[in-house]
Amino acid sequence: MNTMLMPLFTAPTIEFSALAPILIVFGAACIGVLVDAIMIGRLRGWRDEVQMGLVIGSTLGAFAYVVWNARKGVKGPLAMGSIMLDGPTYVAWGALLVFGLLAIMVFRETKVNGGVTAFASSAATVPGSAEEVEADRYRLQQTEIFPLALFSIVGMMVFASANDLLTLFVGLEVFSLPLYLMCGMARRRRLVSQEASLKYFLLGALSSAFFLFGVALVYAYAGSFKLGDIATKMASPTYGSGLLYTGLILLASGLLFKVGVVPFHNWTPDVYMGAPTPVTGFMAICTKLAAVLATLRVFYVALGAERWSWQPVFATLAVATMVLGAVAGLTQRDVKRMLAYSSIAHAGFLLTAVVGANQTDLGRTPSSVASILFYMIAYGFATIGAFALVTMVRNEAGEDNSFAAWSGLAKKSPWVAGIMTVFLLSFAGIPLTAGFIGKWTVFASAWRGGYGWLVVVAVLASLVAAYFYLRLIGVMFAGEPAAKSYVGEASGWTWVPVAIGAAATIILGILPDAVLSMVSSLGAFLR
Amino acid sequence: MTNPENVLMLAGVLFTIGALGVMLRRNALVAFMCIELMLNAANLALVTGSTMNGGLDGQVASFFVMVVAAAEVVVGLAIIMTIYRTRRTTSVDDANLLKL
Repeated sequence: MNTMLMPLFTAPTIEFSALAPILIVFGAACIGVLVDAIMIGRLRGWRDEVQMGLVIGSTLGAFAYVVWNARKGVKGPLAMGSIMLDGPTYVAWGALLVFGLLAIMVFRETKVNGGVTAFASSAATVPGSAEEVEADRYRLQQTEIFPLALFSIVGMMVFASANDLLTLFVGLEVFSLPLYLMCGMARRRRLVSQEASLKYFLLGALSSAFFLFGVALVYAYAGSFKLGDIATKMASPTYGSGLLYTGLILLASGLLFKVGVVPFHNWTPDVYMGAPTPVTGFMAICTKLAAVLATLRVFYVALGAERWSWQPVFATLAVATMVLGAVAGLTQRDVKRMLAYSSIAHAGFLLTAVVGANQTDLGRTPSSVASILFYMIAYGFATIGAFALVTMVRNEAGEDNSFAAWSGLAKKSPWVAGIMTVFLLSFAGIPLTAGFIGKWTVFASAWRGGYGWLVVVAVLASLVAAYFYLRLIGVMFAGEPAAKSYVGEASGWTWVPVAIGAAATIILGILPDAVLSMVSSLGAFLR
Repeated sequence: MTNPENVLMLAGVLFTIGALGVMLRRNALVAFMCIELMLNAANLALVTGSTMNGGLDGQVASFFVMVVAAAEVVVGLAIIMTIYRTRRTTSVDDANLLKL
């Protein structure tokens, strides 16, 4: 019997050292789950410190491992070909770990909030109930937010590097499920937060069902989940291409939902607004980064040969996304909601480079993948910093995100207003900020790919979008100081991510060459 | 042997029923059940794909999907329960605080 089974089931090989960055973070997340259960009594007060130690230790350790492996030049398919370790994977892992760490540092902030974090003491209690009051009074703070965030980072790392469709699906769920929960855990305005969580969950689950059915149809067509095999099979198909195209559309809609592309963008403003602000910052950059990378991998590696059929579709979506994000952003009176529409517009700018589909560098214009990686890095630092600053503008009830509350902020705190201005200028793509170089590289990539008209639309959309960023700057510097709002005193947990974000935004704007040459050298997918 | 195309059609029909259910039904629990129906339709398509191509990958994949679906149920029911305990309703129309 055993001998009969032998050829069917061979023991899988797992390259532990190359996969270590994922495993380290995953291990830390598993330990983090136990912290709430084990640390009771007198140890309770140390939970936050232990959780933060796990987060900082695991992300920095994993980051060091990524750099180490990249220097050694470890490349190729891992774990029986389900994960591909190549240049873009290295950049994505490194960026996810850095942005994840910076975003989670803001989770730990208590000073600005009067000695408590931005998360509900006990998310399971009913808002306004006696249990909630009791949990708040005795400071019975649960710390599950930290392991949830780490699990989410693990999922994103898998998602960005998955080399087969099944791993892609598992990665998608592993990073989404914790995010749904994290959205519903705000300490204040809990009803809104729970509603954001419900909306995100229902729409997210719907989109992953679409994604999965797409995977199933593509599998039925190709007979394999591996991206490389799908590319091979398209040259000599067994079944009709109707199966492939239906599968592709469903699969793409699942991926583009996570990127936040029109017409799958509806969740973005509500969820960004309702979720606790530190979680919004985490979600805004890390989800987008992982999802864009996965989209690129699926479309370049598996469907590169079908380029002529998907390029026009993506170009149309890019136009719709940029225009809707820029125009809808104009009417917003809430900073978080405005940043949500800004993130939709940015998804559109990213898509222009996807449409360009340049596989190689040419002189000083990087390939599509490299330009997108640079754009995500530039956008990420500004996003983390901007959402960290949003947590600091407050009134008696908590955070106040309305433009009215931000009015005249420069007179109350020149630093907060000044650094926010740097981030907004970077979002707008003004020269000498990282955002400008990022926009320049993605537009150059689209131009090279023969989509000059798309670049023209994108530049016009950037001009419209620049107006609403500049309007917020105007409100901060020229407006009458708002009477009811104030700038909260924050500790290093908020200021360090802000300072790193601001420094990176300016340095990448003035001296981008080091990072540009790095992403150029790491900007090619392995097949 | 059944024609695999028919089974794929059935999976497509189940998937469509599920998708329509999510979009038309107002109760969050029912919408969630419809999502589970969509996942099961995908499972059927995966197993059919496995038969069409003579490999085991698709059948193994359907086990992955079941595990993931179970995890999704845990998270989803937790979220729907908190909403219900707060508002005594699971209608998605009543969740409208974020409308501007």
